[in-house]
Amino acid sequence: MLFYLKLLLRNAFRHKLRTLLTLVGLVVAVSAFGLLRTIVDAWYAGVEGSSSTRLVSRSAISLTFPLPLNYAQRLKAVDGVASVSWANWFGGVYITERNFFPQFAVEPASYLALYPEYRLKDEERLAFIRDRQGCVVGRKLANKFGWKIGDQIPLRGTIYPGTWSFTLRGIWDGAEAKTDESQLLFHWGLINETLRKRYPGRADQVGVYIIGINEPHNAAPISQRVDALFKNSLAETLTETESAFQLSFVSMSEAILVAVQAVSLIIIVIIMAVMANTMTMTARERLAEYATLKALGFGPGFVARLLFGESLLIALVGGVSGLLLTLPLAAAFRAAVGTLFPVFQVSELTMALQLLAALLVGAVAAAWPAWKMSRISIVAGLRQVA
Amino acid sequence: MKLLPLAYIARNLWVRRVTTLLTAGGMALVVYVFATVLMMSEGIRQTLVATGQPDNVMALRKGAGAEINSGVDRGQAAILESLPGIATGARGQVLLSKEPVVLNNLPKRGSGKPSNVTVRGTSATGLELRPQVQLVQGRMFRPGSSEIVTGRAVAEGFQGAALGETLRFAGRDWTVVGVFDSGRTGFDSEIWGDAEQMLQAFRRNAFSSIVFRLTDGSQFEAVTKAIAADPRLTVEAKPEIQFYAEQSEALATFISILGTSLSVIFSIGAIVGAMITMFAAVAQRTGEIGTLRALGFRRGAVLLAFLCEALLLALVGGLLGLLAATSMQAVNISTTNFQSFAELAFQFKLTGRIVWQTLAFALFMGLLGGFVPAWRASRMKIVDCLRAA
Repeated sequence: MLFYLKLLLRNAFRHKLRTLLTLVGLVVAVSAFGLLRTIVDAWYAGVEGSSSTRLVSRSAISLTFPLPLNYAQRLKAVDGVASVSWANWFGGVYITERNFFPQFAVEPASYLALYPEYRLKDEERLAFIRDRQGCVVGRKLANKFGWKIGDQIPLRGTIYPGTWSFTLRGIWDGAEAKTDESQLLFHWGLINETLRKRYPGRADQVGVYIIGINEPHNAAPISQRVDALFKNSLAETLTETESAFQLSFVSMSEAILVAVQAVSLIIIVIIMAVMANTMTMTARERLAEYATLKALGFGPGFVARLLFGESLLIALVGGVSGLLLTLPLAAAFRAAVGTLFPVFQVSELTMALQLLAALLVGAVAAAWPAWKMSRISIVAGLRQVA
Repeated sequence: MKLLPLAYIARNLWVRRVTTLLTAGGMALVVYVFATVLMMSEGIRQTLVATGQPDNVMALRKGAGAEINSGVDRGQAAILESLPGIATGARGQVLLSKEPVVLNNLPKRGSGKPSNVTVRGTSATGLELRPQVQLVQGRMFRPGSSEIVTGRAVAEGFQGAALGETLRFAGRDWTVVGVFDSGRTGFDSEIWGDAEQMLQAFRRNAFSSIVFRLTDGSQFEAVTKAIAADPRLTVEAKPEIQFYAEQSEALATFISILGTSLSVIFSIGAIVGAMITMFAAVAQRTGEIGTLRALGFRRGAVLLAFLCEALLLALVGGLLGLLAATSMQAVNISTTNFQSFAELAFQFKLTGRIVWQTLAFALFMGLLGGFVPAWRASRMKIVDCLRAA
């Protein structure tokens, strides 16, 4: 066995430069594959981070239509509903459009109670609830812009005209790695008062209701009860679990996601072509050696095993190095895109797939030359020497 | 300096067909991804830029980046209507259309997944402002009725949007009485109905955008001045072309950044492939190189011969990749545009510029991959080479 390994190693590194180049190609492919998978995972992060005890109720026409404020009281009376809160998408601009991050106008006390994974210090939570001009942000967002407690954050409204300024009252830490830390929350009452004065027709309206339920397995009947309650009204609702709601955003960009996934497969095919090329050359160069081995009495299986072993060895070394390179790459990417993706992590599944892909490339690359070499006639092989 | 004939170079590639094909194949895939991404960004841009008409102006509420965020009440709309410099139509009416624009969440055909579709309330004047819109099936909606016409991409892509079907939204059933084609512009992804009916159904009392045509383009300055000078107006006017070009920016930029960075990463793999192939070619032909040098061919000629071989290899890969990318032009894709939050259907567009960029990219890969092996070939000592043969 040890002899085998030695033979494989010696063979693999007979052509140092070529093996090195192949390894470089493998490392690039494996780490790119891992990075792409991580990007796709990041799209789905909102779905992963959603709770099974929350429902989201929005207008049945589309998300851009508001629901009346008085629905809140009627929702509380629905059987199985434990708590109700609401949020409006603010869509403001911080300095320039490039600094995009989600901002929500929420009903503070009930909203924070529904999202226990946003870990705020008690005094920060109270300070936020008390201050009508106050806001809270996630740790990641605060770090990106270097905000400290007490800072003023001005936002230019696109949906709600004017410039709005908020005082930072708290910074939350996510309970888990998949918790979103890139949002800003402020008082819904603040925009509503302004709307009452300036645009009375737009006041007392809610973007979405977030409904806390007692039992996750009752999500479907409760959603149906809610939608039935407002059926044929001026503002019909569409209620779904939080993860289904988040998933609807992901499926909007599905075309792009499919493209990214296709590309991550193409990259594996490219590196297969490169690697197969290397193995074919290796085999062609050593025709005479294989023929000699066969003349000495080694069977065709031995020759095939030699080629396979060599190919898999190169693939394994490349795969592991690529895997190790993915982690710093992902960290750099995370730093570069900032708050575009709330969560950006290389999952264990991705790592496993990277190794699997590398080994698959190694196996496929060796298949054709191995088959050909094991069938070579000894005489023809030995002739090559001359 | 006497150069080696091109036939010699091409034949060398032909002798090792399998290896050449594998290497060129790898390059072709990289080139294919590169070209497709450029075609996608170009498709989005062209679709949206073609949506705007040169003399049309669009007025939205100040600070609203998209039609759905904007609101212009009836009073302001009437003031805009009275501005000087607006053209008049065939029936003597002012060429100005007051349009409510909303999003409607509809399930896609096939997957059933919902996506947002733009629903626009318009009028006969609105149609006159957009000459590129032509009905291809059925008829136009009757003013004052719950009838709608749908754009080609919507009719094909969404449930209940084809001719004769009905859509239910805002508490009414809307019958699709016609399908229109807007010559592959953004309107293909919209649903149009009667403006006043839409306002009633959605319980709105403000329009989203006001579109009007100028008597001639030079009036634009005067109109924007008039709007800025009137304290009753909280709108901002933009040339329609500029508005739609801005709408395409985010998505097109995102795709090209994503695609370009991917292509750069991939190209490393392809360059490595080309390098390995060329090194092997050099190793195989050591005797030949010695013979050529002994016959009197200079180092430069040998260098150039091997470099040309690598470039030819890359060209084959580039052409294969381009060929594959060309076939993408028949594909329609539809995705959500970040800026308008609504569905947008577009095609992959191949332009001359993209062809050049792609081929240059392929040759650049060949140059990088081929230079070191070619350099090594030209540096060999004649005696050693002949000994190896």
